[in-house]
Amino acid sequence: MKTDTIAAIATAMANSGIGIVRISGEEAFSVIDKIYHPKKGNKILSQAASHTVHYGYIYDGDKVVDEVMVLVLKSPNTYTREDTVEIDCHGGTLVLTRILETAVKFGARLAEPGEFTKRAFLNGRIDLSQAESVIDVINAQNDFALESSLRQLQGTVKQEVQKIRGKLLHEIAFIESALDDPEHISMEGYGDRLLGTVEDLSCQISSLVSSSENGILLKEGINTVIIGKPNVGKSSLMNLLAGEERAIVTDIAGTTRDALREQINLNGITLNVVDTAGIRDTEDKVERIGVDRAKSYLGQADLVLFMVDSSACLDKDDEEILSLLSGKNDGKKVIVLLNKSDLGQAVTEDLVRAQMGQDGMGYPILTVSVKDGKGMEGLEQAIKEMFFHGDLSLHNEIYITNVRQKSALQSALCSLSMVKQSIEDRMPEDFYSIDLTDACEELGNITGESVGEDLVNEIFSKFCMGK
Amino acid sequence: MSFVAEEYDVCVVGAGHAGCEAALACARLGLETIVFTVSIESIALMPCNPNIGGSSKGHLVREVDALGGQMGINIDRTFIQSKMLNVSKGPAVHSLRAQADKAEYSREMRRTLEQAEHLTIRQAEVTELIVEDGAVKGVKTFSGASYYSKAVVLCTGTYLKSRCLYGDVVNYTGPNGLQAANGLSDSLREHGIELFRFKTGTPARVDSRSIDFSKMQEQKGDSTVVPFSFTTNPKDVQIEQVSCWLTYTNGKTHGIIRENLDRSPLYSGMIEGTGPRYCPSIEDKVVKFSDKERHQVFIEPEGLSTNEMYVGGMSSSLPEDVQYEMYRTVAGLEHVKIVRNAYAIEYDCINPRQLYPTLEFKAVKGLFSGGQFNGSSGYEEAAAQGLVAGINAAMSVKGKELLVLDRSTSYIGVLIDDLVTKENREPYRMMTSRAEYRLLLRQDNADLRLSKIGYEVGLIPKERYEWVLEKERLIEKETERVQQVKIGANPLVQKLLEEHGSAPLKTGANLAELIRRPELSYGILAEIDQERPDLPEEVAEQVNINIKYDGYIKRQLKQVKDFKKLEHKKLPEHFDYSQVSGLRIEAKQKLNLYQPVNVGQASRISGVSPADISVLLVYLEQMYRKEGQKS
Repeated sequence: MKTDTIAAIATAMANSGIGIVRISGEEAFSVIDKIYHPKKGNKILSQAASHTVHYGYIYDGDKVVDEVMVLVLKSPNTYTREDTVEIDCHGGTLVLTRILETAVKFGARLAEPGEFTKRAFLNGRIDLSQAESVIDVINAQNDFALESSLRQLQGTVKQEVQKIRGKLLHEIAFIESALDDPEHISMEGYGDRLLGTVEDLSCQISSLVSSSENGILLKEGINTVIIGKPNVGKSSLMNLLAGEERAIVTDIAGTTRDALREQINLNGITLNVVDTAGIRDTEDKVERIGVDRAKSYLGQADLVLFMVDSSACLDKDDEEILSLLSGKNDGKKVIVLLNKSDLGQAVTEDLVRAQMGQDGMGYPILTVSVKDGKGMEGLEQAIKEMFFHGDLSLHNEIYITNVRQKSALQSALCSLSMVKQSIEDRMPEDFYSIDLTDACEELGNITGESVGEDLVNEIFSKFCMGK
Repeated sequence: MSFVAEEYDVCVVGAGHAGCEAALACARLGLETIVFTVSIESIALMPCNPNIGGSSKGHLVREVDALGGQMGINIDRTFIQSKMLNVSKGPAVHSLRAQADKAEYSREMRRTLEQAEHLTIRQAEVTELIVEDGAVKGVKTFSGASYYSKAVVLCTGTYLKSRCLYGDVVNYTGPNGLQAANGLSDSLREHGIELFRFKTGTPARVDSRSIDFSKMQEQKGDSTVVPFSFTTNPKDVQIEQVSCWLTYTNGKTHGIIRENLDRSPLYSGMIEGTGPRYCPSIEDKVVKFSDKERHQVFIEPEGLSTNEMYVGGMSSSLPEDVQYEMYRTVAGLEHVKIVRNAYAIEYDCINPRQLYPTLEFKAVKGLFSGGQFNGSSGYEEAAAQGLVAGINAAMSVKGKELLVLDRSTSYIGVLIDDLVTKENREPYRMMTSRAEYRLLLRQDNADLRLSKIGYEVGLIPKERYEWVLEKERLIEKETERVQQVKIGANPLVQKLLEEHGSAPLKTGANLAELIRRPELSYGILAEIDQERPDLPEEVAEQVNINIKYDGYIKRQLKQVKDFKKLEHKKLPEHFDYSQVSGLRIEAKQKLNLYQPVNVGQASRISGVSPADISVLLVYLEQMYRKEGQKS
């Protein structure tokens, strides 16, 4: 059961070697005791002295999540004036979110935006003069979170959650109608029927939980753009990644006139891949627009896959793209793909690096043959490494939203298993609706709906009752 | 002619179920009280269904009783059949419902009022409020007489500008042909009070001699009756009961209704008021649930001294000729004679958003209101509000702190909070699903929950409260003992388990664990529990529930603890929320409109988000610290 102990990632998630997950509240130590094991011995952190550091591992059940240092801070000498635990772990989005998820799974609640600051203020830790800025923090972050959590939810996922929630609501309405009007509505044999429904819905929620493991609950992924001069094999790469023929591929340069988008899941990492028109100086008006668009996609991209035909020498179109890439490197990552390795090699890694100068030093340069599917593992590996090292990242809020939604799904699942338990224990029917309502509330947290009035409407519209 | 008639502490307007409770509460608290009614004969009138209680409404009656109200005692004295509903379900949803002898119910309540010290009954229509400087000073009647008082409680029920309709017939009367109150609405508007127009309805009353009961199923009362009031001796309610009867509508009935829908004022647009969805007319049911082949009809006696029977389930505003035709299609009603027509009634009531949870108007000091006037429906909902409005009118006259029952204390608390906090677009009916902590708010523990408040207010005598304290102590002690008792796997135990279809013990067990088995209970296990003290049944019942549902009860107790945190954060009165930077515009508007009394109530207003609540908390803290700095 959830307590009023909150957890959040306290550091920026991207591009840092070290990250911090912070837990605050009455149950902070009981949460950390459930997920932390020291490197040596059996030291329990709730017994540890305040303001001490401990070295060990975070576990999710029996799986190690990360090697960490834990800072134990006892009330009242902490930021929030509550018992606080800070977990120093490896930076990088995945590790941080996994640790946060684990803390939530073992009893913490995901903090609302600005909640640590709010508590610090309410508990007298922050000076009165800063109250306005506390309010601003709560507001700014909250607007973003509210908007993003709904916006980022994939349409199909939202529909599915709504459908499941609708079915739960219907069952609750049935139970409540029967309780309010027992002489009209009989509950004969209802427990068995409900058991079937609950098992069904649990399966559906479970599969949503496993999709959330891969992050695909969310619409957003890493914006990836494939770029290169015409006819180097960009569309073929797109098709290969997508696993289907999405782009039209011909040997005619300039076949792709406009950008094509595709969402691709690579080992659990979601890429929004955009295949662009080949960049060249062209007189063709339509192609020109495509080229301009490709350049603008480049500006929005998190990850650039720059494709070169390695069987022919670099020409001025290649050089123009290289200059686009090297000119303003605002945090975006580039992987250079030397394609058509099956046709003999005129362009080498060294040549490209020389051409790119300073900027090119860190970029992976991979030799591939899209036609033969060669070198794809290398590409996957390279993307994964960038991602795990935190070199590639999305806006933090997206991950938090995913954690929030995943934890809501898991809580709903847990409530449904309690319904099953109640049915198996032959509890009276009114007890079923307690946990069904909890499950419904949790799903409503994802879709932005609350049970109250919805239930009353469902009762009156679906069940005929009254004098 | 205008003149000053008399002065009182409290004026109560209306003597229905709300007005009676309000007037009795004030008088019993020693205040000189006058209660106005348009007709002395209509005191505690039951113009619709002939029963008190029912799912969740039974809870309200129990709570009224635990606070020192009259409804439970009155129905215990005048019921003719009684049933505990939902007994196959959990204890939280067990609910009492009794058929009343309507005339006796009304007469008995009138007698109680007449015998109450400090209470004057006055037949007169109140047409005006006297308000000076934002505070109520009394009321004026149709004849021009002014009655000055320190507080006024409005319990006008369905009488304000009411009209009754069936077919194209419109009667400008209150229920049952009684005189409507046409003056007060305008006076209320003058004082800035916003009114709604609501609607409800009632079925026909028919002559029992014209009914063929052989075509219906008999519905008997419980063999052992449980009284409503905690003060009633259970022995006194084991009376001979009368039966109700169950029959059904059929395709023919529905056909007639469909053919004549255009003649119903509901569908022709003649009725403007908003009707309740939970109490649909038979035409509504046929239209909305067109796939249902039949609907239940309960034929219920209106009393022992009358032939009139209530046709439950068939309220209607169809024309009289259609009513005859329609009722006569129902099995057993083929030759039925109608005594009173079914009709719909429209009336003025207030938007209850204008009230504090004390049921005092935010805009007019000393003015309280309760019952259907507040946009609710049902006798029990009315009585509950009437009692709270009466108590608070008395507290305000005495200059004491007003009573607020929050959602974790009672169904009454849920009822009032919903009325004053949520947007209410139809007559509000209590339902168990509205009570989020219903496992704690049981009808069996209403005395444990509320007697302390009733005692502190002054409506529960000391001896009665002391017994509740003693009961509490016994329950606690026994609950603790049961958790310590070890039961061995001996033959006597195994035999008892087998008799009740329960799995035999492999090793010893805790008595509490055995009580938790669904097929067992505290009572069943008495013979293997040697040390068990001799305890009253009402104590044993609580012990059984405490042990059996321990896990769920603890969960709700924890939720209540969290809930209370925000309820304790008070908000200032008449506060301008537009000056709180950081609140969203919608939140500012809603908060200004509702003027919630605490942060908890604010959080339940639709349109106020959790972020707005955070902002509010920070703002309050800031305000208090600034005040602290000043002082």
